This record gives sequence, C-alpha cells and structure tokens, in this order.
Amino acid sequence: MLNIVQRFMKRLVRQFFKKKKKVKIGLYGPPNGGKTTLANRICEDWLGEEMGSVSAIEHETREIKIKEEISVKSGKKELKFNLVDTPGIATKIDYEDFVKKGMSEKKAKQRAKEATKGVIDAIKWLDEMDVVIVVLDGTKDPYSQVNITIVGNLAARDIPVLIVCNKMDLKKAKKKKIEAAFPQYDVVPISAKTGKNIDKFYEALFVIAG
Amino acid sequence: MSLTLQFVPYGEIENLDSTAKVNKLIKIVKEEKIILLEGRIEKNEETLLIKKTMEEIGPKFKGIELFVMYPKDEESDPIQRLKKSVVDMLLGNRQGLTIIGPATIVKEIRKDPDKIQLLTKNLSKRKKTPASRSKSTKKKTKTKKRK
Repeated sequence: MLNIVQRFMKRLVRQFFKKKKKVKIGLYGPPNGGKTTLANRICEDWLGEEMGSVSAIEHETREIKIKEEISVKSGKKELKFNLVDTPGIATKIDYEDFVKKGMSEKKAKQRAKEATKGVIDAIKWLDEMDVVIVVLDGTKDPYSQVNITIVGNLAARDIPVLIVCNKMDLKKAKKKKIEAAFPQYDVVPISAKTGKNIDKFYEALFVIAG
Repeated sequence: MSLTLQFVPYGEIENLDSTAKVNKLIKIVKEEKIILLEGRIEKNEETLLIKKTMEEIGPKFKGIELFVMYPKDEESDPIQRLKKSVVDMLLGNRQGLTIIGPATIVKEIRKDPDKIQLLTKNLSKRKKTPASRSKSTKKKTKTKKRK
C-alpha cells in the first residue's frame, strides 16, 4: 500500500516538473546494442545531423552525450525533448578484449578506463531520466542479467520504458525472444541502421512520452 | 588452480545498509571466490553493485559475472497467487538465489529452464600473479640445477 502511495507521489512530482523543464529521454542498454546508431537516426531524421560515432568494438560511447531541443512531429502532434545517449552498461571490462580486436595495449587500457567511468556515469544519470528507451540487440539472448537489472531498476524508479528490439535487418534477430523476456513492456522491432520500422518507433515514443 | 564457492546466508547481509552489503560482496569476489548468496539484493543494490564493480576495476580485478534467480511469478490459480503473496510478504528478498563471480574466473552464467550453467575460463591458462610467477621460476631453477 505504501509503495502504491509512494509511486503515485513520485509520478505526481514528475508530472509537475515535466511541465517546467525539458523532457529527458535516455537511451540505455548493454554495449553494442545500437544506442548511438538509434540516436544518430533520430538526430538525422529531425535535426539533420549525427550525434556520435559508432563502432563494432564495444564501448565506443564512453561518455554521456546530450542533444537538446529535438522536436518530433506526427500529424498535428509535436514532441519536444532532450536526447541522452549513454555508454553501454556492463559488469566487466577487460582491456585485453580490445587488444584482441586489434587495438594497441596503450589505447586498449585507456578505452577500458574511460568505459568504466562511462558505466558509472550512465548509472548516475538514471535518476535524471523522464523516459527511457532500452535498446537491445535482437540477435542476442535478452535474458542477460544486465538487461534484467536495467529494466528492473527503471520499473523500481517508476520511469516509463520503451524496449527496442534493434538490428532487425539481420536474419538472426528475434523480436519474440525479447517480448518473452519482458512481457510487461511494449517491444518495437526496428533497424536503427537501415531505418526499418522507424515510423512505428516514433509512434510508440509519442504514446510513452507524449 | 582450485575454484572456491562461498555460500553467504541472507542473514549475513540482511541488516547491512546497501553500501555495506555491496562492499561485503565485492570484497569476497575480489578474493577470487564465487558467491552463492541465499536470496537476492534489491534492484537498486544491483546497480550499486555494478557501479562499485566499475570503480574497483584494475589490473587484477576485471569485473563480475552476476546472475539473479528470481522467484517464479507465473501462478494463474488465485489461491496459489494468494499463497505466493503471503510467502513474498514473509520472506521478501530471502527467496531466490544470487551468483556473483569474478570475471577473471567466470566467463558466463547461463540459465536454461531447469539448470544454471556456470562457464569458467580455462584456469590453467590464466595469467599468473607475481607471487605464483616467482614460485614457478624457482621450480624451473631447481630443475635446471638437477640436470
């Protein structure tokens, strides 16, 4: 009962401040799920510019990046928000993994150091978010503890969540697996890289953040 | 190289605050032991554990593998659901199981419907610590002398 009252109060306070400040939409998820690719897609679609660089090597995004004043339009409706791209959340970071992918030891150690700081910052920023888009790689097992921890934490903080099943341009991608792992959430299958189903993503964004 | 599993009863962490709980768990994992924790920690403590892990990463500690088994939440029968609510209220986080292992030892923890698979790294191939390296050097020296 106390929980319900607490949640209601939290929501009320959030609704009040939402009107005062810009809505912050955060992109969260494990490394290499396609958060920055989706951020770039949104920014290219509505601002005409990219947000950050992408790479096949994990932890390319190692610091919080914010794009302000994005305005998404759908018919007569308009949604204005600040987009926050966060580093991928992981429970382990080993510089030797980067070395194996062809990086020099010095660069790999630096990348690992920055990546650990990035994860800490991403966790710190959780409280700042009004809405979170959890970006998952549709080709991978969604039952990883990192995914469960992220989604569970957002639910505990009563932050609205939209789950994106990314990389649908790849044959191995399975939306059903993600839906089975998180049955209480809407899952939008997209390819941030090719733009497949991106309209459905914007529609879902309006529903959850509009 | 042996593998050490340490069972942590829920009572050992029950009365600790979140930071103390997480510090205790990290301390054990850094001793290269795999923790089998009775029950589970709070959701916010899971993120605190990840955050603290990242702060501790260094040349010897590469992070953790974390696995939490939550109690099933699939009862459709109203009586069973009521029973479950009562058990939840009485036991709280004492239900379930948490496994935390150092990433240098545990490669992956997989959950199949009725089993948990703990995939370890090839321990014999692991890099030796300075202490064990000096011991092995001594052994080699002795062998040479015998020749």
